[in-house]
Amino acid sequence: MKNKDPKLLLQSAPLLHQELTTPAAMKDVWIALFPATCAALWFFGLSALLIIIASIAGAVLTEWVFTDKEKRRFALSDTSAGLTGLLLGLTLPSGLPLWMAFLGGSVSIGLGKVIWGGLGANIFNPALLGRAFLLGTFPIAMTTWGPAGGPGEFFQIHSSNLALPFMQGHYDALSTATPLGLMKFEHQGTELVSLFMGNTAGSIGETSSLFLLLGGLFLLIRRSIDWRIPVAIFSTAALFSLIMLLTSSAESTTSYPSPFFTLFSGGLLLGTFFMATDPVTSPLTPKGCWIFGIGVGFLVVLIRLYGGLPEGMLYAILLMNAATPLIDRYTQPKIFGR
Amino acid sequence: MATDTTAYEEMIKGLWRDNPVFVQVLGMCPMLAVTNSAINAVVMGVATFFVLVGSSFLVSSFKQWIPKQVRISLYIIIIATFVTVVDYSLLAMLPAIHKELGAFIPLIVANCMILGRQEAFASKHNVKYAVMDAVGMSGGFMIALFALGSVREILGVGALFGVDLFGSNFEPWVIMILPPGGFLTLGLLLLFFNWFTERRKQFLGKVAEADRAAVLGVDKNG
Repeated sequence: MKNKDPKLLLQSAPLLHQELTTPAAMKDVWIALFPATCAALWFFGLSALLIIIASIAGAVLTEWVFTDKEKRRFALSDTSAGLTGLLLGLTLPSGLPLWMAFLGGSVSIGLGKVIWGGLGANIFNPALLGRAFLLGTFPIAMTTWGPAGGPGEFFQIHSSNLALPFMQGHYDALSTATPLGLMKFEHQGTELVSLFMGNTAGSIGETSSLFLLLGGLFLLIRRSIDWRIPVAIFSTAALFSLIMLLTSSAESTTSYPSPFFTLFSGGLLLGTFFMATDPVTSPLTPKGCWIFGIGVGFLVVLIRLYGGLPEGMLYAILLMNAATPLIDRYTQPKIFGR
Repeated sequence: MATDTTAYEEMIKGLWRDNPVFVQVLGMCPMLAVTNSAINAVVMGVATFFVLVGSSFLVSSFKQWIPKQVRISLYIIIIATFVTVVDYSLLAMLPAIHKELGAFIPLIVANCMILGRQEAFASKHNVKYAVMDAVGMSGGFMIALFALGSVREILGVGALFGVDLFGSNFEPWVIMILPPGGFLTLGLLLLFFNWFTERRKQFLGKVAEADRAAVLGVDKNG
């Protein structure tokens, strides 16, 4: 018997007396991402908008194609596919050809979610999986960063955005290095003020720490995300980079950034608030959340300092996602009386 | 078994229904390792074809004289003989490709698909059936290698057998010629194969049901 009655809503435990449904939780994240998205449009103009639209379109279309006809309306109405597309879009560079953004959205949902059995069954964060795929597939396009522009350049679209499918983009403007790239390869710092406001090169949604913090605080106040994960990531990353900074010798070839630089540069804030706290791919138990956060914070600094790439948030979260089932298994609370 | 199927059926089953890669999921090591270009995949397929057909022929011919206790080691010796022949032939004829395939030519000995066919089929059937089965199985293996190799070369380099397909402006999918691309492509091909088989089964089930209903003269909804 196939249940076709839309009024019967099956939900898994815990069955709290709280109006928290998947669409409602998704709505909170949409609201929380609004400031960061606005900042992305402000700094990267119409290109950012087009990239976000392309990756959302890729994600939603894939979800639509791979969902049963009867369930389509429900699967799409919780807006999780669109949210994955938006999150992926925010992690892409502004000059990326649009077809790559579309492909990334499609891979996010196809390989990151649908193939595991849909919402709630995936191991890895879908948006980050899509980004990892794009980074492995198009390493040059994914690390060619356009500079952040002002409002005057809002309507300028990068010509590389409009490359035909499967074709290379032609980059018009000079590409610049991200603050993390400058730190790693040129041993050159970036002013904390521009890191905080977001007036730097980088993925379109990751540069503006201020607006990401606003969104993150909103999620924390609404209790949409577990506060332990961000707190654990921030404190571990800050503490670990401080220790590395203090114990580094003067003639070392690695440049050790300050804890503030670690926190406000790259995708650390975006990843912490919106990807590491993904309820599906992070541990369920409080103790597990601490372990998960500490792991991400430790790995991100380790990869940034000693890895081949300047940014490590992507792989830090994906690695801890892989460890999540194990963490959950070993942090189960004991049953009272046994 | 040999009596109720024809030799032709034994050959055909390896190509599709019992495809060694897509259905039995055997021989994954060369499948993932050498399929980064179509030409490597095809040469590997031809090498495996020669080894499997030759050793099936020999095993089937000598099956009365092979003691049960030492059969596996004898199979391996027979397979290794043909692999050595292939190894030196490739070295003489196609040195460039031999260099690229490297250790995977000697490793054909360890291809579980080949040993599996000796143990499961060639040692129990006569020469004609054994050879036909070997032709079908290695043909199926070659089809799978070619499918994987061509997808990976087209996306990863934008070419097929070294011939440029999309012009110089093509953006190569670097991941496809690297190991992750092998796993991704193989996974997706297996997904497609299983989906297709499932659909076919459903379709045949429906046809059979309709036939039964027509024979019985009963409307299944009535």
